[in-house]
Amino acid sequence: MSHPLLILFKRDCSLFLRRRQDAIAIIGFFLVAVALFPLGISPEPQILRTIAPGAVWIAALFAIVLALERLFTDDLADGTLEQQLLSAQPQSMVVLVRLAAHWLVTGLPLVLLSPLIGLQFGLHGAETGVLTLSLILGTPVLVLIGGIGAALTAGLRGSGGLVTLLLLPLYVPVLVLGTAAVSATMTQSSPEAHLSLLGAALLVALVLAPWATAAALRITID
Amino acid sequence: MDTITPSPTDVIGEARLEARKLSVQRGERILFRDLQIQLHTGQALLVAGPNGAGKTTLLRTLCGLSQPAQGSIHWRGQDIAELREEYRTQLLYMGHRNGSKDELSCQENLEVAMGIAGRPTSFDERYRALAEVGLGGLEEMPARYLSQGQQRRLSLARLTLTRAALWVLDEPFNALDAQAMSWLTGRLETHLAAGGLAVLTSHYDVRLRGDLRRLNLGGH
Repeated sequence: MSHPLLILFKRDCSLFLRRRQDAIAIIGFFLVAVALFPLGISPEPQILRTIAPGAVWIAALFAIVLALERLFTDDLADGTLEQQLLSAQPQSMVVLVRLAAHWLVTGLPLVLLSPLIGLQFGLHGAETGVLTLSLILGTPVLVLIGGIGAALTAGLRGSGGLVTLLLLPLYVPVLVLGTAAVSATMTQSSPEAHLSLLGAALLVALVLAPWATAAALRITID
Repeated sequence: MDTITPSPTDVIGEARLEARKLSVQRGERILFRDLQIQLHTGQALLVAGPNGAGKTTLLRTLCGLSQPAQGSIHWRGQDIAELREEYRTQLLYMGHRNGSKDELSCQENLEVAMGIAGRPTSFDERYRALAEVGLGGLEEMPARYLSQGQQRRLSLARLTLTRAALWVLDEPFNALDAQAMSWLTGRLETHLAAGGLAVLTSHYDVRLRGDLRRLNLGGH
């Protein structure tokens, strides 16, 4: 554990473990939001199956936006963000490591819970599998894109709403592809095209987002 | 903080920090214009001036955290905008904020601070460094329970471990007691004697054995 980026990764994970209430709040939000859909729309099994992909994806999306708010604000306030930007590593790599750690603690739990949610909505095995797969590919994209918004608004007070407004247009394609993949499976057609596009979006985001986020952080900290 | 043990600083070799025709602007206001700085191995620069003269901004610009409106900064003859992390590995910056996480212990904070600066440390090294700045016995205490002065000392512990050639310290004497101040002065002297460079601001009258230059900002 002596590489600078590993130390940073370990730091983010242990910080999150010591603020367990944050993790619980995010997972709790996700579970409650998903549970509200049947109550608000209809408990009819057929309707539940139809709305399942959208409900899960929308809840996951908002849970991730909620978690992103604190990604850089705390570090900006206590001066550790400055030290990270002055690191001996390329700034985009520092950002990528921080986003990876953030996904691991906020995105991965949602992915792991999704089979359970699938059961709740009466999805079949293959459909649940595709739902989980779409979340594995899609939630990192949400975190990567979200990093740019979080970096731009880190210095502003009460920036939560602004991040959401900035990000939602960029999130639409991911949401559409993710839900469409599951819906395709329900109509016995192949989800391959949607999943491939999600995978492509992930690759593009992996290359561009850390670089853009580092640039945004330099502006925020100036 | 009883003993002043000079930490092993690598032989730094010939190093030069240069600001060429530097102009810095905050919002609409120009803080200073056409500033020239030349700092060589073994020299320290004390930036003085009234509040709001741009001391902190100058220090942040020298680190590359803020962008100058005009002019450029050169390290060993090369523009720092091109050197990027190559410059940052040789730089240690201490700002107003201590840069420690409340949730992490002193020892962990030091591990992270040194680690991301490209200087991995062993457990023993960190314990020794903390003992030297007077935080012995508090190694596993979360930083949130430290007093203001102790948090400052935690930040100073980096100075005992770093191998950076250039130290940029913004008000390093703030919140320190007399003992810690004399320790810091000693540490700065060792650094300069080993061929290091330092840029600092201070409201106190700093006296150092060594080549200390003064720069007054905000004369207009």
